[in-house]
Formats: sequence, structure tokens, C-alpha cells
Amino acid sequence: MTMNIESIQHENKREGLEAFRAGDTVTVNVKVVEGNKERIQPFKGVIIQKKNAGISATLTVRKMSGNVAVERIFPMHSPRIESIALERAGQVRQARIYYMRDLRGKAARIDERK
Amino acid sequence: MKGILAKKLGMTQIFTEQGERVPVTVLEAGPCVVVRHKTIENDGYAAVQIGFGLKKESRLSKADLGQFQKAGVSAREHVCEIHEEELAAWPVGKEFGAADVFADAKFVCVSGVSKGRGFAGCIKRHNFTSGPRSHGTHNIREPGSQSAHTFPGRVFPGKKLPGHYGNKKVTVKNLVVVKVDNDRNLLYIKGAIPGPKNGIIVVRKS
Repeated sequence: MTMNIESIQHENKREGLEAFRAGDTVTVNVKVVEGNKERIQPFKGVIIQKKNAGISATLTVRKMSGNVAVERIFPMHSPRIESIALERAGQVRQARIYYMRDLRGKAARIDERK
Repeated sequence: MKGILAKKLGMTQIFTEQGERVPVTVLEAGPCVVVRHKTIENDGYAAVQIGFGLKKESRLSKADLGQFQKAGVSAREHVCEIHEEELAAWPVGKEFGAADVFADAKFVCVSGVSKGRGFAGCIKRHNFTSGPRSHGTHNIREPGSQSAHTFPGRVFPGKKLPGHYGNKKVTVKNLVVVKVDNDRNLLYIKGAIPGPKNGIIVVRKS
């Protein structure tokens, strides 16, 4: 009888997600069902928030789609997410870079993390 | 109704195939053991006594120890009675787990002792609304009026007032079974369940 809730949560977790940080540009490959077909839809953008909450952890990814900003919140351990790929590591000072919402164009650039 | 004793491990969430998140409480249901059969001839009612969780024999009273020795099973920490004819067919000493009881269960009823809140006010205990916090009021968390004056001239019995809240047996009916893990006797039940983590719960098929 050594079962505990943490170990049960851990079984269903996806590996290798610790590396992502706010400021990083990532591509989240989401499985989408269209009719009776399933395909993978990539969503590329900047992580503005990472919520570390065990199995309920989420990533908020923001991208500019033309002139319109789109933010999506992904449950990191969801089976609907095929994979998450790091495109570019960004150097930012805050853990939650909400200030990106007010910035456009050249001001919205992020330095690369070495 | 078939039933089993279980330990509440805590809450988590699991994903469905469609990616929906389901809040679940995980219970460690078993292994339990049949300790004794109660019969109408002997005890006035029919029931099956089941035990759960091992306990050191040195920590038992001789009376309790005798019960387990008579059944030929090792000492158990928790014992309860289940009123169920189907279980009566199981011999004394038979070990069983979640899979034996809940293999085809869709819904269960769960009984446990709720978390104790001590002496609680009306807002926590009876979901009263609180009064205004500003404008010089003093009835922020007060229970309000008790009754009318001349008639009836008394407070009706059962009036909702502050008092002891929680630490009481609570049964929640018809909770959905999300998953049964046969190998490890784990029961995943949708939603919350009364009691703290590591609390002992009686789960019955509904």
C-alpha cells in the first residue's frame, strides 16, 4: 500500500516538457478531427505563460495571425496534442510575459537565449 | 448492493480520447477480505463483514484479535458490514479487490466521513448570504432573524443556526465510475468524494 496520488498523476504525464519557458517560440501540433478524418494542425507562437500544475499544466501560446493576435491555452498532457517542438529559445525576464499583448511589430521582438 | 472498503488517495484529472479533461477521485479499493458472515438465525440480520488494510496484531484488543483468528485471516485495520446476498456466497477468508465488485459497474454510491469544520457559522454551514461589509453595518456574518415575535413566540425546531459542521457520515449517490484498474485495485470516480485524503470510504454499487 504505497500508492499515492502523485505517482498516479505521473503515469499519464508527457515527458520532456520541462524545457519550455516563457518567451520561447514553439510549434504545438494539435490533432484535429474534420468529418471522420484526423489531421495534425500546427500552431506556432510565443509562450507567454506556463502553468505548472502537475497533470493539469497548461501552456498559453500567442501568435499574430495577420493583424489579429490569437492566444490558445493547451493542456500540456492532453492526448490531443501530438507533439510540442521548440523553434527558438527566447530570453525574457518575467515568467509571464503578458506585456507582449501591448506590443506590436519591432517592439514585440524577443532576444535569443544562449 | 455489492460494496467494498477503500482509501481515498486524492483527486486528479484524466483525459478522454477526445481530449476532454475529467476530474476524478482515485480510490484504493482493496484488497479486502471476508471476515465473517452474519446470518438471520445468529445475529438477527444478514450481512457480510469485510476487512481492509493490515494492522499489527499487537495493536489489537484480544476481543478483536479473536475475531480475526476465528476467521483465519490476518488482522485488518478497518472493518465494515455490507448487506448483500451475492457476497454471502463468498467464503470467509476470501480476498477480493475492486475488479471483483465493480467490473461492470457504471455508477456507485460512496459513503465517508466528511472533513470536520468545527463550530461553523451560518454562511459556511448553511450557505447563508453575508451582509454588506460597508456602510457601517454590523451584520456581516450574522445569522439574521430567528423568528417572528408574538406569534409564534418561539423559534421553530430545525432553525438553521451556527453549530458543529462536518465530521459526519455523508453518502453521495450515483457517482460515475470512470475507470477500474484491476491490477492495482484502483477505482477512478468522477467528481469529489466526502472526507480527507487517506480517509476510509465505503463504496457500493448503485
